[in-house]
Parts: sequence; structure tokens; C-alpha cells
Amino acid sequence: MSSNKELTQEKKIVVSIQDLFISFGDNHVLNGFSLELFEGENLVVMGKSGCGKSIMIKCLIGLQSVDSGSINIMGTEIANLEKEQLDDLRTEIGFLFQGSALYDSMSVRENLDFPLRRHTNKFGVLNNTDAMIIEALRSVGLESAIDLMPSELSGGMKRRIALARTLILKPKIILYDEPTTGLDPITSKEIVLLMKSIQETYKTSSIIITHDMDCARAISNRMILLIDGIAYVTGTFEELSKSIDPKVKAFFK
Amino acid sequence: MTIAKNNSSRLLSFFDEFGKLSIFAVRFFKEVFKPPYEFSELLRQCYNIGIKSLLLVGVTGFIIGLVFTLQSRPTLQEFGAVSWMPSMVGISIIREIGPLVTALICAGRVGSGIGAELGSMRVTEQIDAMDVSGTNPFKYLVVTRVVAATLMLPILTIVGDALALYGSYLVEFNKDDVSLQLYFGEVFSALEFGDLIPSTIKTFFFGFAIGIVGCFKGYNCDKGTVGVGLAANEAVVYTSMLIFILDFIAVLLTDIFYE
Ligand SMILES: Nc1ncnc2c1ncn2[C@@H]1O[C@H](COP(=O)(O)OP(=O)(O)OP(=O)(O)O)[C@@H](O)[C@H]1O
Ligand SMILES: [Mg+2]
Repeated sequence: MSSNKELTQEKKIVVSIQDLFISFGDNHVLNGFSLELFEGENLVVMGKSGCGKSIMIKCLIGLQSVDSGSINIMGTEIANLEKEQLDDLRTEIGFLFQGSALYDSMSVRENLDFPLRRHTNKFGVLNNTDAMIIEALRSVGLESAIDLMPSELSGGMKRRIALARTLILKPKIILYDEPTTGLDPITSKEIVLLMKSIQETYKTSSIIITHDMDCARAISNRMILLIDGIAYVTGTFEELSKSIDPKVKAFFK
Repeated sequence: MTIAKNNSSRLLSFFDEFGKLSIFAVRFFKEVFKPPYEFSELLRQCYNIGIKSLLLVGVTGFIIGLVFTLQSRPTLQEFGAVSWMPSMVGISIIREIGPLVTALICAGRVGSGIGAELGSMRVTEQIDAMDVSGTNPFKYLVVTRVVAATLMLPILTIVGDALALYGSYLVEFNKDDVSLQLYFGEVFSALEFGDLIPSTIKTFFFGFAIGIVGCFKGYNCDKGTVGVGLAANEAVVYTSMLIFILDFIAVLLTDIFYE
């Protein structure tokens, strides 16, 4: 336990959220939420449906404006960024959308090619995107699907292709919004293994939003429970599962 | 009392909507000239909006030409004025019926299509995904569609007009055995330059209206599949209304200028 603490303390902080407030009219979704993500860590965020988890990670990538609070990603305060700087920062962040969000009108190849069109600052001008596309597909085990359309894929395959699309820019941070929701237990397990292998291969740091206890147990280095718009409690899976707080216990039933 | 209140709140929300649409249109003009340009997507949209509507517009135009001539022939005959047929048909189709019918058909086919497509992309977070991957979704989705609709509508109108006139000719040929050259010669001698220019210019505006309203409705679609249906539906209703208003303005202006 204590050795674990020491380990995290000497690690670099890659994402830090301080006192985040977001509301929609009278609906106060986040009321001073704070979070820190350390380098190389898998941080699981759990919370009831509708408590603002998706909104919270959308803030990280500049898709959602905030009422107040600061968000710092790899030393950059994102509130002050120009559009181009934000786009450059976004190449370092992969985002797996809750519903995969593959482009319906494009084939798998074009879907993967899409992030490469504009984010060329990172790699220079690309003339052989095919090799990168195939490499990304190989890392999710779906090279054969390269010329299929999204409508021809199953839910689990879509999730993998979406994952390949976030991997193609070789991000340092990956944000997963409910990566296993809506999948059967076996496919869920495959996705979890995939996420683990991605972390080991690419040395990424991740924030994972999930309702899935098995997923949380398997992947988390640390967990945060989002309750009433704040980070109610933080700790490892074991610590939280032994908690006697009724609000925390409710999650581990 | 409550009815008045209801109506005033409706009026308010109408102006609110109109204001937002104007801001959306301003944003379009800001982005349309700024690089990078999405040429290949623009071509794809021109194909989707233009080529794929050709058949519908052509068939409708042709039938309107046929019916219009068949219906008005007896009346003209009564006054012994059948020889005026080509000029009457030419003027009414080129000035008014062609542009209006083409625009309304496209409002139904193209406007609802754009509304539904962008709406479902919004709801399934595809637009967010584009934003994250460094492509400006407004440029990629909205600008290309609006430009394509603006460019394609005049072409579609010309095709529709031509087929309507041809339909009309077929009726005349059937009844009176006139030649194609003679018929079209008569049509164009009745038309002035002042007929062609304004009626072509207004089709650009119709196309713009179809594109911008469809995109506006889809791009700002509310969550849920209900929102997508509503976006498609409202796109058609608003565009049709806007087309009539624009047409009225166009006629008014032409009247002033060519007095
Ligand atoms: N655009 C919006 N306008 C108004 N309210 C919104 C909007 N987006 C989200 N909300 C509200 O914010 C709250 C949090 O939404 P969010 O999508 O973050 O939930 P979530 O925690 O991800 O839930 P789930 O687990 O179901 O995905 C919800 O109560 C929702 O009603
Ligand atoms: Mg969510």
C-alpha cells in the first residue's frame, strides 16, 4: 500500500482538473470536481448514469465549455488555447466515444484515415497512410475489416475500430467513455485485454469511465467515484470495495 | 389571454430561431473563403445533391410542361390564341414555375436529407468525433453542402425548365404538328434577357436557402432520434416557407428594376 503511494507521488501528473463547475440551467452537473491523472496510470471514474461523467471528459478535449475551474493537460492550460493549439494538443489525446461514433458514410479505411488528414503537424506530410491504418487495425485484431462499412460491423467490432481510430495518432492520453457498455461479457473481456495491451505497448495514461465492475477491477490502478458532482472518494479498487461508507458500498453490491 | 400569451411566445421563439439561423449563415460566410478547402467533399456533395436529383426534377418538369399545355389549350382555343401558346408557356415556366417547383422539390429531397444526415451525425457524436480529429466539422459538413446546393440548384432548374418546355412541345406537336425549331424559336423570342437573369439569380438564393436551413436544423439537432426526425421535418417546412418569401422578394425587385 505505502509503496504504491510512493510510486504515484514521484510520477508526473499529465492531466489535472481543479474545481470544475458545469451546469445546464438549474441542473448543476459538476460542483467542484477535481482529478489528477498520473503518467502511465489507468484511472477509472465511476458514477451513476447522468451524473456528468461524459460531460467531464468532454471538457478535457474542449468539446464542452466549463462554467469555472481549471483544466491542465501536460502542462498546458486548455482554457487559453487558440483553435490551432487545441488541435495540436488533441493529437496527443485519444477519445473513445460512448457510442463509437464511426462515420457512417465512410468505410473503415476512410474512418481511420480521417484523423490523419489534418493532424499532419505531428507526423509531417504523410504519403503512406495505409501502413499506419493497417498497423492500427492490427493492434485491435481487425485487419480483415478494412474495406467494410460501419453498418456491416457488430457492436464489438465497431468499438474496436473506434479504438483503432483513436490509436492511429499515437496519443499519450486515452479517454475511454464506457468502453464495454452494451457488449457481452466475453467481448467486454477482450476489449479490456486490448486496453491493457495498448497501455503496455504505447505507454499511455488513461481515464476510463465505466459502470462495469469487472472492467474496473481488471484495469484500474486507481478509482474515483463521482457522486453529487464531486470526486467523492479516491482509492484503489481494493480500498473502495472495503469502504463502509453507504454511498460507496452501493456501487460494490 | 392564454392564446395571446401562447402566440406571443411562439412569435418570440420564431424570432429566436431566425436570429440563430442568421448567426449560422454569418458563420458560413466567415468560413467559406478560409482555407483549407474541402474540394473532394464538395464534389461528392455536388453529386449527391445535383446528379441524384436530376431524375426527379426532370420527370416533374416534363409532366408539368405536358399538363400545363394540355390544360391551357382549350381556353386559348376559345379566344383563337393557340399561337400564343409557346410564349405563354415559355414565360410562365422560365420566370416562375420552373424555379419554384425545382426549389420545392429540392427542399423536400435535399433539405430533408441534409437535416436527417447531419442530425443523426450530431446525435451519434460523429460531429464531435470530427472536431476532435482536427477537421473543422462546420467546414467539412456545412460549407460543402451549402455551396453544393447553391451551385446545383440553377443547373437543376435549367434542366427542369428544358424538360418542361419539351413536354409542352410534345403536346403541340401532337395537336398541330409544329417543328421543334419553330416551337423553341417562338419560346425564346417571347423571352427577354430581363426574364432569364433574375430567374437564374433567384435559383442561387433558393439553393442557398435549402442548404443553409437543412444544415442549420441538422447541425443543431437535439439529442435523440426524435430530434433527427424533427430536424428533417422542420428543414423542409422552413425551407419551403423561405423559398416563397425569397420568390416574392425576387419578383418585387425585378418589378422595380425593369419598370
Ligand atoms: N447539451 C446538454 N444540455 C442540457 N443538459 C445536458 C446536456 N448534456 C448533458 N446534459 C445533462 O448533464 C447530465 C450529465 O450528462 P452525461 O452525459 O455527462 O451523463 P453520464 O454521467 O455520462 O451518464 P451515462 O452513464 O448515462 O452516460 C445529465 O443530467 C444531462 O441531462
Ligand atoms: Mg456518458
